[in-house]
Amino acid sequence: MGGRLTFTGGIHPYDGKDLSKDKPIKDILPKSDMVYPLSQHIGAPAKPIVKKGDHVLTGQMIAEAGGFVSAPVYATVSGTVKAIEKRRVVTGDMVESIVIENDGAYDEVDYGEPSELSDLTKEEIIAKIRKAGVVGMGGAGFPTHVKLSVKEPDSIDRVIVNCAECEPFLTSDYRRMMEEPEKLVEGLQCILALFDNAKGVLAVEDNKPDCIAKLKSLTEGQERISVKALKTKYPQGAERQLIYAVTGRAINSSMLPADAHCVVNNVDTVCAIRAAVLENKPLMHRIVTVTGDAISDPRNFRVRIGTNYHELIEEAGGFSTEPAKIVSGGPMMGFALFGLDVPTTKTASALLCMTKDEVAAFEPSACINCGRCAEVCPGRLIPSRMADLAARGDMETFVKLDGLECCECGCCSYVCPARRQLTQDIKTMRKLALASRKK
Amino acid sequence: MNEKSRVSSNPHIRAGATTQTIMLAVILALLPTTAVGIYNFGKHALFLVIVCVLSAVIAELCFCLIVKKKITVSDGSAALTGLLLGLNLPPRAPLWMGALGAVFAIVVVKMLFGGLGQNFMNPALGGRCFLMLSFTRIMTDFTTDTYSGATPLALVKAGEKTDIYKMVMGTTAGTIGETSMIAIVAGACLLLLLGVIDLRIPGTYIATLVVFLLLFSGRGADYDYIAGNLAGGGLMLGAFFMATDYVTRPITKKGQYLYGILLGILTGIFRVFGQSSEGVSYAIVLGNLCVPLIEKITWPKPFGKGGERA
Repeated sequence: MGGRLTFTGGIHPYDGKDLSKDKPIKDILPKSDMVYPLSQHIGAPAKPIVKKGDHVLTGQMIAEAGGFVSAPVYATVSGTVKAIEKRRVVTGDMVESIVIENDGAYDEVDYGEPSELSDLTKEEIIAKIRKAGVVGMGGAGFPTHVKLSVKEPDSIDRVIVNCAECEPFLTSDYRRMMEEPEKLVEGLQCILALFDNAKGVLAVEDNKPDCIAKLKSLTEGQERISVKALKTKYPQGAERQLIYAVTGRAINSSMLPADAHCVVNNVDTVCAIRAAVLENKPLMHRIVTVTGDAISDPRNFRVRIGTNYHELIEEAGGFSTEPAKIVSGGPMMGFALFGLDVPTTKTASALLCMTKDEVAAFEPSACINCGRCAEVCPGRLIPSRMADLAARGDMETFVKLDGLECCECGCCSYVCPARRQLTQDIKTMRKLALASRKK
Repeated sequence: MNEKSRVSSNPHIRAGATTQTIMLAVILALLPTTAVGIYNFGKHALFLVIVCVLSAVIAELCFCLIVKKKITVSDGSAALTGLLLGLNLPPRAPLWMGALGAVFAIVVVKMLFGGLGQNFMNPALGGRCFLMLSFTRIMTDFTTDTYSGATPLALVKAGEKTDIYKMVMGTTAGTIGETSMIAIVAGACLLLLLGVIDLRIPGTYIATLVVFLLLFSGRGADYDYIAGNLAGGGLMLGAFFMATDYVTRPITKKGQYLYGILLGILTGIFRVFGQSSEGVSYAIVLGNLCVPLIEKITWPKPFGKGGERA
């Protein structure tokens, strides 16, 4: 069964990728204190296993998983534990975090001998991924070992690597594919080792023809791996839209990719899986795109998790002009920051600094029922009506008309000519409805 | 940067089109047929259109001031309503009638129901229907210095022949904005190209009407009759510029097809079995009233609905 390489709905915003796409990834070393929030993933927070005053090494576990759906956290520098306290994170929340004073020596633990994939059992592979603290690095932060522990591994027929990178301005996956495509393919092989009946698919949007060519030539002759060029459209990288584009199978929000016989992981995650399985290395780095028209030298960095955002801006040459808005992540789904004093986490894909705040530029006005929101909604909802219900507080009808199927991609707010905050209203009601459902 | 940067929920970027640019696009698209109408029918037509537009805008402004609502005339929708009403009047209609119709359209049909987006009926057509019922004789008198009273649509209803060339150019009797096919289609093409409207409603509307006429008019495939029905009355202006009015058409895609079919059937009934030769305005106004029902039965199924969790 094949997909149509696209989905219904979606938008084509200005992609802004030219700002940063042609500059190589730069490794940076942090200068100041490192902050490691204990909740950088979906699930139970990690539990600290160090205390104030302890000396830690780079690559040493500092907090263990707080349950099955959880992930450990590792130190990414050597130094001294300065505090375990609440710190601000990108969402604006205060989260219990371990603060480490960086001694600048970068003394590293011994990761042991590299492993050969063929020597490892499936259980060993999953155990290594679990121990390494790998989580979905595309933004959701769902612990990867949970994702890979599907009930019936034999039912999985596709392992999809999400190389769509559909968010405007983001180029970290692009750079990764251009610079280290072999690592990506090795990572995919690690996942394929878990699912005997699965074929691997590298799903790339067709605005990256150079990546597609590179990955195709690299995987030539590999029977289990293929490269698929998807039509460029936001949100092609949304999990359900991606599965649909690749396989033609549509799942709703309460279903899992496994229900469509798929496992989906994004580029950074697959590379982290490779490092965990083959090199026994925990998740310590990620690629972050620092970009936007307020940044002097927009580019990608290989960042040690825990690094303060101020340092990323400095490394990118500082601000060329005063930014009107700073976003952690892409412009469609990222979090606006009210301050830069937050750490890079496992899920921080980008730091976007814009000179214009397009949201504040317009006052929302009355809905004219134009239907653009319904046209672009990948969930095939009618966002304007959902937002009306949300504004009225009518949770019952909201749920009945499937408001919970919203994936919060932001397309409706993007196109709304009345500049209504549709996504925001729907998101708020979804949170309330999901919370009341749990009770 | 200070530590209190501005925050808001995602997304952080916006597309270009606003309510205002959409309204301006529609007004722009109506200018060719407005210009042709004024050229054909003379100075009075120009004054009538201006009076309609100004009355509509002033009525909305005054209403907002009196009830202390936010002033919304800058969104362009009141001007558009006035313009559409003007284009729907006979070229010799008195100026006071245009003003009265515009005030009724804005105050009664639009503002009393909550303003832009809340009206259940196309304000311009509501205004026109009000005038039709109140001043039927004036509203159906299309006589001018140049044209005798009957519109091509009335002529074909009476069994006479039509002149395609005249209908294309607009040199026939009719309301100010409905006579020139080339001007209306040019405007419609602009809106289609800009993505302001699509063919779902106009396409099904026109196709359904043709089928209805072929089946029920008793004239069979009478070329003149069909041509007169398509191009000799208010159909094209109504189908492309009024049936597509966002506020009063269904928002669901399937609903839009259904709505087009409904308009085609209603127009066919009014034109074939009714006394008047016209039927577009009443068809659209009645169609407007059916919109909530149409939306209810065509509510879309969300992506992946019906799938089962393993």
